[in-house]
Amino acid sequence: MFAYLVKRVFQAIAVMFVISLIAFAIQGNLGDPLRELVGQSVSEEVRQQLRDELGLNDSFMTQYLRFAGNALQGDLGTSYFFKEPALDVIMKKLPATLELVLGATIIIIGLSIPLGVYTAIKPDSILSRIIMGLSIIGISVPVFLTAILMIFVFSVNYGWFPSFGRGDVVHVWGYWETNFATADGWMHIILPSIALASIMLPLFVRLIRAEMMEVLQSEYVKYAVAKGIRPWRIYFVHALKNTLLPVITVGGVQIGTMVAYTILTETVFQWPGMGFMFLEAVNRVDTPLIVAYLIVVGFIFVVTNTIVDLIYGLVNPTVNLARMGA
Amino acid sequence: MSLLSVRDLTVKFAMRDETVTALNGISFDVAKGERLGIVGESGAGKSITGFALMKLISRPGYVDRGEILLDGEDVVKMSDQRLRELRGDKMSMIFQDPMVTLNPVLTIGQQMVETLLAHRKLSREEARQIAIVKLREVYINSPEERLDQYPHELSGGMRQRIIIAIALLLDPELIIADEPTTALDVTIQADIMELLLELCQSNKVGLILITHDLGVVSQMTERTLVMYAGRIIEAGRTREIINDPQHPYTQGLINALPQQTLPGHKLRQIPGNMPSLTNIPPGCPFNPRCEYATDLCRTRIPEIAQYGEVQVACHEVQRLQAEGERQEQNA
Repeated sequence: MFAYLVKRVFQAIAVMFVISLIAFAIQGNLGDPLRELVGQSVSEEVRQQLRDELGLNDSFMTQYLRFAGNALQGDLGTSYFFKEPALDVIMKKLPATLELVLGATIIIIGLSIPLGVYTAIKPDSILSRIIMGLSIIGISVPVFLTAILMIFVFSVNYGWFPSFGRGDVVHVWGYWETNFATADGWMHIILPSIALASIMLPLFVRLIRAEMMEVLQSEYVKYAVAKGIRPWRIYFVHALKNTLLPVITVGGVQIGTMVAYTILTETVFQWPGMGFMFLEAVNRVDTPLIVAYLIVVGFIFVVTNTIVDLIYGLVNPTVNLARMGA
Repeated sequence: MSLLSVRDLTVKFAMRDETVTALNGISFDVAKGERLGIVGESGAGKSITGFALMKLISRPGYVDRGEILLDGEDVVKMSDQRLRELRGDKMSMIFQDPMVTLNPVLTIGQQMVETLLAHRKLSREEARQIAIVKLREVYINSPEERLDQYPHELSGGMRQRIIIAIALLLDPELIIADEPTTALDVTIQADIMELLLELCQSNKVGLILITHDLGVVSQMTERTLVMYAGRIIEAGRTREIINDPQHPYTQGLINALPQQTLPGHKLRQIPGNMPSLTNIPPGCPFNPRCEYATDLCRTRIPEIAQYGEVQVACHEVQRLQAEGERQEQNA
């Protein structure tokens, strides 16, 4: 178990190294940072002097090593716009995004399992066909369109839900303010969560359905029927447990992808998370903030995947984590 | 009254462009505590017979007609609820490949206890105790530890022993064993068969043993059915079928046994292959491979008929029998 963990951590570090390299390489290609810093009214001489001071004239390798060294100490540069450490800016926005992802994940897990299982057990029923048809629409319609449509229907027409922002948040700890403590917070997070879930949910319903249908054909399910086991136990114990093993693996990757999808959702709903912040940073060519965002998202991705792999090992008895490190 | 009585059982498969008849009007009985062997080549319909008895034929297959009376109750017409109660309790099944039969994510204990709880009002602890007793009966050592293990931690032979223990958990009246040793190592095949025979005899359980191995049938069973292309072509006491086979196909099967050939000689085999179910020849399905085939065999399907102790479906046997009777009358 420990050896496996160490191995996974080394893999994660290697991935983070590649991500940081790519993120840093972008920095040099996003226009002239000096223009963002000092504007146009500064003479060329002063600009050159500033370039030297900022180390922008050093070689790529020197600049990267300096960047990586700072990054390891938690310094991902200073945002040109906010004039604060980029990591601090992101950390302030991170809880809003994570809560949004959490809301979407709850919706996805809560709905995809029953819907996937139902459509696998009764593939020919009318309800199954409706669910499968809707799932195609769900996958095809882009998130921003779903989001705008929902605002139009539920906020503008019916006025049931607020159309933007986080509403009343309650401070919990550090930069973390939560939506889940007040009714107003809940009302604000519902629409964005649904919008964010709208692509992944149909994907998961289809994935669970396909896996479940395959498992239902297996010998051990037939054997369970031959033993006279009650149908609900066959579906939810014998079949579902085997169905979820591959779903967990895919799910881990998708949670990371969802963090990226928040850019669209947050922009439409004016959600003050880091996706919205990223888009603003791109508009302002706030290079250090962009780079820091990429690294933080990459980090979240790597961490979730490592955790998911460990969970997989714990759920699947045929994977022996203790032996896998060897 | 017999424990199991199958009458005119016909199973069809609705394929894309045609309906294939996998079992064609088969009838047989199993008495209480009797051991019956079903032999035949792959595709003869023996496994389908086994699954049909448990009503475990899944789409696109279906029982077209016939009845399966278990203690007078028709399995074919039974409600799903009643079927569930019977399966695993009154009749249980041993599957072919123990490597894929047990659920990989549930422990042996979970899979045994759930079977007991599905049919009896017991506490988990009581069920566990019964499971331990049954594991001892199939010579599993330290059964308490085995209960907490997952299938992949055990060998194929051990898994099949556990499956036999599960089959016996609820003291069934009938066990259907579908080639229970085909997937196992040759060295443990005999052990498993011996164990199965011993347990069936000591518990007075009826057994339907589906196999292609005539040697196994002769050791294990009292009566035998020989199947070919979805029909029963010969049925009777095992000893008679082995020692004095009537149907040319059964004769061919027995001649093909390696023991029937002198060392150094080529093994005798039945020429040709069994027809695929989509393309059964007219008349007797065996006629293209039969050395006695006549025009009658190529046009009319022989009915199964009683000749002394055995039932045979063959025009040639019928002709010889009639000839013999004529000679007797003349004499």
